[in-house]
Amino acid sequence: MQKIGFSALFACMAANILFLGGIIFFIAARGLSSISWEFLTQAPRDSMTAGGVAPAIVGTFYLTLGAVIFALPLGVACAIYLTEYSPKGWIVNLLRISINNLAGVPSVVFGLFGLTVFVKYAGFGVSILSGSLTLGILALPVIISASQEALTAVPQSVREASLALGASQWETIRRVALPAALPGILTGVILSVGRVAGETAPILFTAAAFYLKGYPRSVFSEVMALPYHIYALMTEGTHPEIQTRIAYASSLLLLALVLSVSMLAIFIRARQRKTYNA
Amino acid sequence: MHDINVDYEKQMGMENFHPSLVRGPVELNTNSMGEGDIFGAEPKISARNVNFCYGSKRALNGINIDFSPRRVTAIIGPSGCGKSTFIRLLNRMHELVPDSRLEGEILLDGLDILSPACDAAELRKRVGMVFQKPNPFPKSVFENVAYGLQVNGVRDRNLIEEKVVDSLKKAALWDEIKDRLKDSALGLSGGQQQRLCIARCLAVSPEVILFDEPCASLDPISTAKIEELILTLKKDYTIVIVTHNMQQAARVSDQTAFFLMGDLIEMGRTESIFKAPRDRRTEDYITGRFG
Amino acid sequence: MTKKKERIIKYLFTALAFASLVFLVGIVLVLFKEALPIFSKVSLKAFLLGESWYPTAEPAEFGILPLILASLWVTAGALVICVPLGIGSALYLHELAGPRQRAVLKPVIEILASVPSIVYGFFGMVILAPFLQNTFDLPIGLCVLTTSIILGVMATPTVASIAEDALSYVPRSFREASFAVGADRWQTLTKVIIPAAGSGISTAIILGMSRAIGETMTVLMVAGGSAVIPHSVFDPVRPMTAAIAAEMGEAPVGSDHYHALFAIALILFLITFAFNIAAELISRRFRLKLGLSR
Repeated sequence: MQKIGFSALFACMAANILFLGGIIFFIAARGLSSISWEFLTQAPRDSMTAGGVAPAIVGTFYLTLGAVIFALPLGVACAIYLTEYSPKGWIVNLLRISINNLAGVPSVVFGLFGLTVFVKYAGFGVSILSGSLTLGILALPVIISASQEALTAVPQSVREASLALGASQWETIRRVALPAALPGILTGVILSVGRVAGETAPILFTAAAFYLKGYPRSVFSEVMALPYHIYALMTEGTHPEIQTRIAYASSLLLLALVLSVSMLAIFIRARQRKTYNA
Repeated sequence: MHDINVDYEKQMGMENFHPSLVRGPVELNTNSMGEGDIFGAEPKISARNVNFCYGSKRALNGINIDFSPRRVTAIIGPSGCGKSTFIRLLNRMHELVPDSRLEGEILLDGLDILSPACDAAELRKRVGMVFQKPNPFPKSVFENVAYGLQVNGVRDRNLIEEKVVDSLKKAALWDEIKDRLKDSALGLSGGQQQRLCIARCLAVSPEVILFDEPCASLDPISTAKIEELILTLKKDYTIVIVTHNMQQAARVSDQTAFFLMGDLIEMGRTESIFKAPRDRRTEDYITGRFG
Repeated sequence: MTKKKERIIKYLFTALAFASLVFLVGIVLVLFKEALPIFSKVSLKAFLLGESWYPTAEPAEFGILPLILASLWVTAGALVICVPLGIGSALYLHELAGPRQRAVLKPVIEILASVPSIVYGFFGMVILAPFLQNTFDLPIGLCVLTTSIILGVMATPTVASIAEDALSYVPRSFREASFAVGADRWQTLTKVIIPAAGSGISTAIILGMSRAIGETMTVLMVAGGSAVIPHSVFDPVRPMTAAIAAEMGEAPVGSDHYHALFAIALILFLITFAFNIAAELISRRFRLKLGLSR
């Protein structure tokens, strides 16, 4: 009985590897041939049938950068509040529930929120700004989580040492706790980058466009983005075969981007654990 | 009161051993006998009618105690007697624990440190602390010692460097790490880390240094080094040391206070306490009947 | 550093910390505000239980039962995959994987979790759907089955990591006690450890469900887009998320269609919110049961 049971468990685990490998394999197999220098650096031409996806890469970059700029200070501030200022139990619980729920909101709901608040109320229109802000809210729980974990890992004894030397609480946070937590916070940023770069629904109504003539000129411009580009290639346009090929290549590109970011974060975290245990 | 050393030797069956083989229960600290009446000086720190509770637990009852300047006072007692709790009041580190209540006064040079007018951060620059487990910052050796100065607003790099070297020398650590100043403090041995913490404390030029069981996690050699260090430091600083090791108290201190279950049972010159304790409970603790 | 400055800094951090709560409340308010107008045209009951979703017809019909059922069907199908695979993987990691294996396998799961949903959707659309279409001789490969499979794969890492976390909280003493009475590893696993981690595993499943039901791009590309009540797993469907994403672009602002879509989003939000609260309550009881404080 045990043998059968354990084999089943092994199969379950192996399935994960199979899925990951399968997805990477199929997309790489059909997408690799379309990846070229031209593909990566040039704008699309001839109604999406030639040229490259450079504007979409640039757009994804801007959106991700904007999201991090917005979410990082807010996220770290929240983590500092929760770990350094020891608020009362009910406040901690309330915030924790908020953060967890925010993390579980469906991405399309974020999109609607961004549409109503940033695009319409605030008047930013469909733009990098609206998209970044919307994505920033999405990234917030990720950064809060990682920052909290990093700050909690700093031993309390070190904070006591700082206070005993006459430093104030803020000085202790600024000079001792935060610097020590920096690698963990960085991991959080990297993870959020991976998450945000691949999101489509939040930018559907707030930032993304399919075919733009040039590169974005300001934060108020619409922008192309890799994930949206893939979607649009498959659902709009007039040349399905060519577009599908481009979509394969774009998917491969996006996949490569997100996976390398994930692996980077995992690597940093593993190395950090080693230095703490050493 | 009879000489408890004799009793101890009898109990341990060591009466026939050569005296040089027998260590304890005390080694008399003869230094304090030669100098003048140490109770004559104005106390550097005093506690007056201190009661302290955290949560629903009463930790200290009506403590009245004086610490003489430029002397080493040891606080001894069994686990849970309140000695660590008490020493943390002296630099207001108890404020880190929520839900605690302190009554009474604690005076530094005659001024109440518990009054709202007294700033905790300023107080801690005058009253430093070395903790039970060495807690260097995850920074370089140099940065650790310089920390207190930077927090004090000292910007002059030459001055900082001077002070760092000076403090490391005072802490008897300079020779060992003078070419490792940029290395991470976490790479030092336990004993070195603790001396680093002492150097870090000295760099802000405190008047009082509180040692909370500083050798509890150290090997005997490191312990001996630190005890030596304390004896040299007492020339310039008022020192209070909490220890569960009676021999240590006897070796380094001029005065000793015995705490038990939140009460100060007895206090006096070290050799009086160990040779001729006035209270029965003190005697029982010292001879090892409990603890 | 003066005391006043310290206090200002503390207030600043307090204010910033509540940002996540502010956004959550903001989302609720926006959804309510934009959704409510539709209910002056259609009763809540007719909205939720109406079987016809023809928002652009004349006269428009706003019954979202087909959309709700679509979401439920694909989520149920996803559970068929992600629950056994996810829990099985978690058990494997917990019981059978040595430290070297764990160092490789845990990252694999994390990486699987980070694959963007658009890539899953794309994969489903160009590879899985045609495959199923050929295998089962279907008119179209974009249907409940395809969607369920992809969603199941997407939700597996979620279930696996939370379940593995829950298993790691079960004290070693339970295992040792079981071995001490002569049980073998399998019996210990099934009779002692899994029940002890039961609440934690439930939390994992609930959060996996939450993930599946809230997924947008995948279902948009793979579910088929037909807003009718499904009768078989081979029917194309339009789950709630897909309806919102697909139709929002065409619904004029302030129109009934517009408000109806927000109403769907509100329902969706409330469902995932309920899942999250349930998971929170269960995990709290779980921790209390095991004697962990948090």
